Amino acid sequence: MDLSFPTLCFYLFSAILVFAGLRVITSRNPVHAVLHLVLAFFTSGMIWMLMQAEFLAIAIVLIYIGAVMVLFLFVVMMLDMNVDRMREGFWRYLPVGLVVAAIMVAEMAVVLNGHYFSGVTLQPSPLTDGSLSNTRELAKIIFTDYAYPFELASLILLVAMIAAVMLTHRRRESARRIDPAQQIAVKARDRLVIHSVAPEKADVVTSAQQEESAK
Amino acid sequence: MESFLQPVADLFGPLWVVVWTLVKIIAIVAPLMGAVAYMTLAERKVIGFMQVRIGPNRAGPFGLLQPVADGLKLLFKEIIAPTRASKSLFFLGPVLAIAPALAAWAVVPFSDGLVLANVNAGLLFLMAITSLEVYGVIISGWASNSKYAMLGTLRAAAQMVSYELSLGFALICVLMVSGSLNLTEIVTGQGEGYFASMGLGILSWNWLSLLPMFGVFFISGIAETNRAPFDVVEGESEIVAGHMIEYSGMSFAIFFLAEYANMILVSVLTTVFFLGGWLSPVGFLPDGIWWLLAKAAFLLFVFLWVRATFPRFRYDQIMRLGWKVFIPLCLFWVFVLGIWIMSPLSIWK
Repeated sequence: MDLSFPTLCFYLFSAILVFAGLRVITSRNPVHAVLHLVLAFFTSGMIWMLMQAEFLAIAIVLIYIGAVMVLFLFVVMMLDMNVDRMREGFWRYLPVGLVVAAIMVAEMAVVLNGHYFSGVTLQPSPLTDGSLSNTRELAKIIFTDYAYPFELASLILLVAMIAAVMLTHRRRESARRIDPAQQIAVKARDRLVIHSVAPEKADVVTSAQQEESAK
Repeated sequence: MESFLQPVADLFGPLWVVVWTLVKIIAIVAPLMGAVAYMTLAERKVIGFMQVRIGPNRAGPFGLLQPVADGLKLLFKEIIAPTRASKSLFFLGPVLAIAPALAAWAVVPFSDGLVLANVNAGLLFLMAITSLEVYGVIISGWASNSKYAMLGTLRAAAQMVSYELSLGFALICVLMVSGSLNLTEIVTGQGEGYFASMGLGILSWNWLSLLPMFGVFFISGIAETNRAPFDVVEGESEIVAGHMIEYSGMSFAIFFLAEYANMILVSVLTTVFFLGGWLSPVGFLPDGIWWLLAKAAFLLFVFLWVRATFPRFRYDQIMRLGWKVFIPLCLFWVFVLGIWIMSPLSIWK
């Protein structure tokens, strides 16, 4: 067996990835589970980096860890989850879970053993011969050969984003709103009135003198 | 240099790559830590000057030993973990805060060829690493088991995720004009053009052609590092110190180091992306790392200047600025820039 540095790295990252994946489903604390999921994403990104897919590796860190998982963590932190109550139905749902798991394993086996997939992954693709940037080549393919599917995918994402905003956006009549333009336009004279008050100096002096003469 | 190091390289054999990389990392991190220490002193001195005070002047001449004294004080303080805090995460928080702040320096070019890792996707790497910074804040705030810390965390997470978008858009504009994700190429690309050939390199840098994005990037950088006037995360007058409230001694000091290391990072990155990095502003002076350091030092001064000048933003104002001002502006500018680059008037051919 070839034990070069990338191979060692691959086994190390795979071990971490499997461990993190197991901790996601066995951890008693939901926040710990989400953090292990972050670790799993990060490690899978590193494995992609080993396969010279630098753009994909950085994209998973940037998008999944930097944005999606932050919101995930946010929601899990806010919810006060009762883990014991969630575990009550374990035996009842176990058969369903096993069936789903079996289907997933079967599907992966079909894909990995299929002749479309064999041998393609292990040899470096002609695009990453070291002299060219993986990101640049990927961009060239996406914006020339696959321009229509790419534009379609981005359009679908945009529609989904607008739909999500429209579904959650509601304007409450009772809510008080502030108009920033109005706030900025405020002048000192709108808020502050200066009255000129007649001086009372003379009285103060005389009262002080009276006090002194009384002593 | 090569012949001098060869015997040492032979001594370590195949491990030499690891040793040499570690030496290079120390050569970056050690001056960085020194800069962080003296940044704290500079901050107190500069703000003291702006507020007509003296600032620290007791420890050593002109207070120069103040950072050392502060460091020693923090080192000897007891670290207390709150009851019912999640212990392991409580101590993981500061580590996750400082790790991205240091890791990002791997791709920063200090001079032509003077860079730890000259990676092709340097700009993407930076965006990915800086997007991890929010985890230190979230984890420390949650693990502290404190309401103040939790409030600070909620503010921080929302603010940092929001301003990352405008930072990213500003970088997309830089990417569009330079046509490269490599930071060294981004800097050298700024040294070419009509004005640079006339000996006025300063007018060829990206800050002029991308002026709105320069402003957006630097202001978003201030918001991303949670500095004044966007420091509601640790607003002293309302939630005391935000996510850092339960930390003492060195665990607090690490958050402090991370904040200042991030300030220096944002300054250096603004220099690299918009102010021509190590390039000289005029033709008759030589390029060099001192230009990068001088420009970064000026931007750090602006950080302090802004803190001494502006009152703190209200939280809704921060969110409004990020989402309703910067992001539409960025989208518009990406559009304008695209047309400009494709038109005959393009200056980036």
